[in-house]
Amino acid sequence: MIAYIAKRLLAAIPVLFGLTLIVFLIMALIPGDPATAILGNFATPENVARLNAQLGLDKPLPQRYLIWLGNLFQGDLGRSFALNRPVLDEVLERFQATLILAGAALLLCSIFGLLAGIVSAVRQFGWADRIVTLLVLIGISTPSFFLGLLLILFFAVDLRWFPASGMYAIYGGGDLPDLLYHLVMPAVTLAAVATGVIARLTRTAMLEVLRQDYIRTARAKGLSERRVIYRHAFKAALVSVIPVIGIQAGFVLGGAVYIETVFQWPGIGAMLVNAISTRDILLVQGGVLVVAASYVLFNLAADVIQSTLDPRLRR
Amino acid sequence: MSATIETAKSARRSGRPDAIRLMLNNRLATAGLVILAFMAALALLAPLLPLADPDATAPAQRLLRPFAEGHLLGTDALGRDILSRIVWGLRVSLAVGISATLIAAFFGSLIGLVAGYTGGRTDTLLMRGIDMLMAFPYILLALAIVAVLGPGLINALYAIAAVNIPFFARNIRGVTLGLARREFVDAARLSGKSHTRILTSEILPNVMPVIVVTMSTTVGWMILETAGLSFLGLGAQPPQADLGSMLGDGRRVLFNAPHVALMPGIAIFLLVMSINLLGDGIRDVLDPRLKSGALTRPVARTAIELPAGETHADAVPGAVLDVAGLKTQFQIGSKTLHAVGGVDLMLGETECLGLVGESGSGKSVTAMSIMGLVPTPPGRIAGGAIRLKGEDLLAASDARIRQLRGGAVSHVFQDPLSTLHPLFTVGDQIIEAIRAHQPLGHAQARQRAKELLALVRIPNPEQRLDAWPHELSGGMRQRVCIAMALANDAELLIADEPTTALDVTVQAQILALMNKLRHEKQASILFITHDFGVVSALCDRVAVMYAGRIVETGGTEQVLESPAHPYTRKLIDCVPVLGAPERRLDAIEGLPPSVDDLPEGCAFAPRCPRVQPECRRGEIALDPLGDGRAARCLFPLVNDDERPATDA
Repeated sequence: MIAYIAKRLLAAIPVLFGLTLIVFLIMALIPGDPATAILGNFATPENVARLNAQLGLDKPLPQRYLIWLGNLFQGDLGRSFALNRPVLDEVLERFQATLILAGAALLLCSIFGLLAGIVSAVRQFGWADRIVTLLVLIGISTPSFFLGLLLILFFAVDLRWFPASGMYAIYGGGDLPDLLYHLVMPAVTLAAVATGVIARLTRTAMLEVLRQDYIRTARAKGLSERRVIYRHAFKAALVSVIPVIGIQAGFVLGGAVYIETVFQWPGIGAMLVNAISTRDILLVQGGVLVVAASYVLFNLAADVIQSTLDPRLRR
Repeated sequence: MSATIETAKSARRSGRPDAIRLMLNNRLATAGLVILAFMAALALLAPLLPLADPDATAPAQRLLRPFAEGHLLGTDALGRDILSRIVWGLRVSLAVGISATLIAAFFGSLIGLVAGYTGGRTDTLLMRGIDMLMAFPYILLALAIVAVLGPGLINALYAIAAVNIPFFARNIRGVTLGLARREFVDAARLSGKSHTRILTSEILPNVMPVIVVTMSTTVGWMILETAGLSFLGLGAQPPQADLGSMLGDGRRVLFNAPHVALMPGIAIFLLVMSINLLGDGIRDVLDPRLKSGALTRPVARTAIELPAGETHADAVPGAVLDVAGLKTQFQIGSKTLHAVGGVDLMLGETECLGLVGESGSGKSVTAMSIMGLVPTPPGRIAGGAIRLKGEDLLAASDARIRQLRGGAVSHVFQDPLSTLHPLFTVGDQIIEAIRAHQPLGHAQARQRAKELLALVRIPNPEQRLDAWPHELSGGMRQRVCIAMALANDAELLIADEPTTALDVTVQAQILALMNKLRHEKQASILFITHDFGVVSALCDRVAVMYAGRIVETGGTEQVLESPAHPYTRKLIDCVPVLGAPERRLDAIEGLPPSVDDLPEGCAFAPRCPRVQPECRRGEIALDPLGDGRAARCLFPLVNDDERPATDA
């Protein structure tokens, strides 16, 4: 098991390097001159040249990548000129908030997606199945940012159950209950689509598994139907659903961009949107890199969990 | 089991396990098409419709509620007509969504086709790149691209198209890879066609359905994501009417004029939902494998629908198993397959009965009917009686059946790899079988499991308990299955082709083991096989099935020595005999009849070398021939030295 995890970790290293390369290339290929972008159209050519030299932009591309990568290893992602603080500090601070939101959403969509999928498969063609199917259809067709607005209108404005925005109360908040109180609506909104996708796939996986020979064996042994479904069938279905949950981590991390904007959650997504508007390229670069790297780790975790369930994968 | 698997497969092929469900699906797809067509028509006709100017501001009329005079859906913060802006916004969303899909489909398919067709290093290189792109959270990559290109509707379109290219590339590459190794592509290559010709004329037409399915399932996403970018202010720029940016504007006045956000939100929802519904419909037609109604879940016990007032002979005293007039059917759409059409079987104590026949003869379905293990849907028991030591199994409660399964009646199935659960150790699976029927603690059950493994002659039973099924050889796995079947001292063992999937030498070992255990454990065995060699090694009596009915039964030696039914004769002649190379191996000409369309008279008549006109008329009974034998034949071969001419 430990050998397997080590192997997976090693395999993740080239992927992480690939990410740095893509992020670097995208940002390096920005049309126009970054120095002009930073200094504005009225900058003097001397100033532009000086900034270019200062940013190392006068060197050839491969050399720039290596310098950039070297700085990255020392924890230096550059400086955000709009915020005038190191990119890494800002990104890590924001990333915490995103991780809380995305983690909560991932937890919610795994639990409810799996449950809905099982119920739907076990009660195939029954009312529960129809309701789940309908909800899934509505869930994957509703823009998450629209769902967020609807929830705000209903639960924050009309019912006044939950706060409409922010991560903590402005006065006197800051503890865990306050965080959870603020977390409910954004997490639910962010989880909605992923729940639908997971429910759909769990249903299919359960139906696929329930027709396997080893389920007949379990029944031929005289096991109760409950045990057949929740122990034998669910375990096998889970193995094929877990990678999907890993992929959903990507949608949740990305979808956080909308949800953080809607709920004014101080995460990395809201930061990215602002940084793009202000053309704060280094901040965008740092943010994208950190989120993408965390997605690789989420998928790695999914692989490891999957292999703990399925011994055939551990080789 | 082959019969059930085959029918299940044909069920999937014909794909209509539940007509209502599929109609509902079709209805949903139709509804999607209607809504989409309506919205597309609105969008196309926007310049011709009597709508207000979508960009005309009117500060005096700002934030009018819906149904205000002249503004059906009200006005926004600048006094612009929301209805008009939605219609013009639909135009933008549809145009952007469709263009992005076409761009992604073109480049993605191109990459996929080239990678799948060339294979080798090009493939590896291209797919590594694609994998790398897929290592990014989808929306984040789009954001990064917008960050580079700068905010704007066209840039958002490019970004969304670009991040969807990997999906197309992956799907198309998978299909192309399979196609590139097919014969018709080789043929085209040998005929001197250029690679480009082969790709466009041979492969592309076959890949097209996959491209269309991928397009229909991603276009909704692309519309959502471009709307999302506009919502964030990174897509369409003011004053352009775009559903996403309208929603973004509406958010600013959410608390005092919610309709400004709600209206465009509902429009996006309806648009995307109609596209998704239609997409599901298209997928169902082009890729029936994924059809949502195609998989049905078999329930715990076969459905039993006995005709009222049916009577059967009384239970045979002393019989362990007594089956009378068993009828098991499969309902495939409107077709009823009579897989088992009235079978009688009797199994005495410690007796071993071989049930023999070709695939599809109904022998497995007969055996699986006993404990209700025929999958429902589509199977059902439609007549007859099954008695276990006099107890009517078809009338027994589900709880009683569960108690008997694995208890008094246990099963060994054909393929030991697929019948053992791959995610539990063999020890866990045996212990579970023991504890389902005996009040033992885990440690005691484990001890018992170890003894069982030793009983079926598995070396190092202690260590083997912790082995996973995939770590054992086929023969070892089947021994585990047998150990599991013996866990609770069954009185009846139903073995469904337990040696078919094994090597010949392993087969012999397993047969010897079963024979030994049968005498030690005093169990009766119902042994299903297509192999007369196996029958002669193990069985006291044999029953031969053809087209869902027993055609001959009797003591193994007599039947093998002098078969009475021409079908049995043919079946025995199919078995090669070692040391008799001059003997002709006779395959039986023709195919078994389809059980949904049995001919009148003898089902074997169309293939029988001795067929007479009488054979094709009326019902032919299973006539006793004396000596405990019986045959369903008007002209049995017994005491008939004249061989049919074709057999000479």
